[in-house]
Amino acid sequence: MTILKADGISAGYTELDILQKVSIQVKSNQIVSIIGPNGAGKSTLLKTIFGILKPREGHITLKDEDITGLKPNKIARKGISYVPQVSNVFPSLTIQENLEMGAFIRTDDFRGRMKEMYDLFPTLREKRNQKAGQLSGGQRQMVAMGRALMLDPMLLLLDEPSAGLAPLLVSTIFEKIADINKTGVSIAIVEQNAKEALKMADHGYVLAMGRNVLDDDGKSLLDNEDVAKLYLGG
Amino acid sequence: MAELIVYGIVLGSVISLGAIGITLVYGIVRMANFAHGEFMTAGAYIALLVVGVILPWLGVPDTTFGPLSFGWRMLIAFPVSMAAVAFMGIFFDRLLYKKLRLKNSNAVILAMSSLGVSFIIRMIILIITGPDYRFYRPGVMRPAIMLPLDIKIRPDQIFIVALVVVLVVLLHLFLQRTKMGKAMRATADNTELALVSGIDTEAIVMWTWGIGGGLAAAAGMLYGIDVQLHPGMGWNFLIPLFAAAILGGIGNMYGALVGGLVIGIAEQLSTAVLLPTYKLAVAFIIMILILFIKPEGIFGGSEK
Repeated sequence: MTILKADGISAGYTELDILQKVSIQVKSNQIVSIIGPNGAGKSTLLKTIFGILKPREGHITLKDEDITGLKPNKIARKGISYVPQVSNVFPSLTIQENLEMGAFIRTDDFRGRMKEMYDLFPTLREKRNQKAGQLSGGQRQMVAMGRALMLDPMLLLLDEPSAGLAPLLVSTIFEKIADINKTGVSIAIVEQNAKEALKMADHGYVLAMGRNVLDDDGKSLLDNEDVAKLYLGG
Repeated sequence: MAELIVYGIVLGSVISLGAIGITLVYGIVRMANFAHGEFMTAGAYIALLVVGVILPWLGVPDTTFGPLSFGWRMLIAFPVSMAAVAFMGIFFDRLLYKKLRLKNSNAVILAMSSLGVSFIIRMIILIITGPDYRFYRPGVMRPAIMLPLDIKIRPDQIFIVALVVVLVVLLHLFLQRTKMGKAMRATADNTELALVSGIDTEAIVMWTWGIGGGLAAAAGMLYGIDVQLHPGMGWNFLIPLFAAAILGGIGNMYGALVGGLVIGIAEQLSTAVLLPTYKLAVAFIIMILILFIKPEGIFGGSEK
């Protein structure tokens, strides 16, 4: 079943469209990786899906509901969570408080969900009373994902989760992403680290200059010669 | 010397209350509120209206508590005036600052419009009450008591420090324990991420004005109890308030608390060698020095 459908999206920060009629789809329980060179519009696409930017053209549907143009706090309530690439934690709040803020719009008891997050990221449980600003990059990334997952979303949007991390940590983060996916959350991930991102992807999209260039299942894209030459470093 | 330090703590605790409001507004609404001193004045005069006009008319007796210079009337005036100024803060945000924010106006425009608000409030008070000094209870004897080390202090002044401690502890508990308080800290940390988490940051801004305004009103009333009321009283506090907030690292509530005490003590100690009229200059010099030496403040801002 299709969870998310972005159809013919054009959007940008100014009058200039960074995205030009981009379309992607995420099916249930899929990991979808979006790769492409710098400035391809990958992050812009996530921001547009989450309502931070308004599309000038095109439609976004979540399940069967049109969510085009809704504000982020509305979209969060519909079941999408978003992890920005930078400043994605509240530095002066503790880990526990960061997770609580992720659950801000929940009115029910979310202690069970918090326990699940600590089970998913055991290092965070040990440090739950530490300020997020004092954590290492990898731990911050876990806090950021934990915060986003507190709403129990059906779709998680991740903007370059491996950016700025040491190589060893990159694989840890990707393992965690696979774990999150196993709990039934669909994931759309934007990555510079194209090889890793495609390895675990059910489906991949290649963007360039704000347009769809290619899309195929993850493995086929990994084996594709053009993709290898252009984006996977030979 | 010891006596001056004690007086400094009394003055400093009043400055702290105001500076905490300045620092919260700066950290969350992201503007320098030059009308904060006038929030203090408004708080003091609203209490005067309650104590001197409304409560006598309602028949509330003019009592005093033991050695203090005030009684039930003042105690009733406190929450009334704090609530009134809290709504005043929210009102001016709705009327002006929110519109400017939505237009992405820069910091200078916001600060200048708050300067305009400060003139409006001060002049309204001046027109209504005239330029004279006023007291909550004119002619009342306020005997001092002796503490060890030859410190003379009035019971009122002990009350002032005690009430500031209570208010600061309440604010601390609010910010650390409640959902709204945590969301305020989260918004101060990272407004974008707060929005992404579904936090209604405009509601947080309203809470911030409410809390800042309420604390400013309390500061104004306490100063009125300790010294006197004057339409220019809050304006004269503006530099000490900003000096305290900057000293403590603007955006950092606990820094503003300490900053207020430091400025208050420094101002009072200076009277040992300088004329009391130079107190303001002392606050200003401290502010300039801290901006030169450590502009992020002694506690390094809001821990970013």
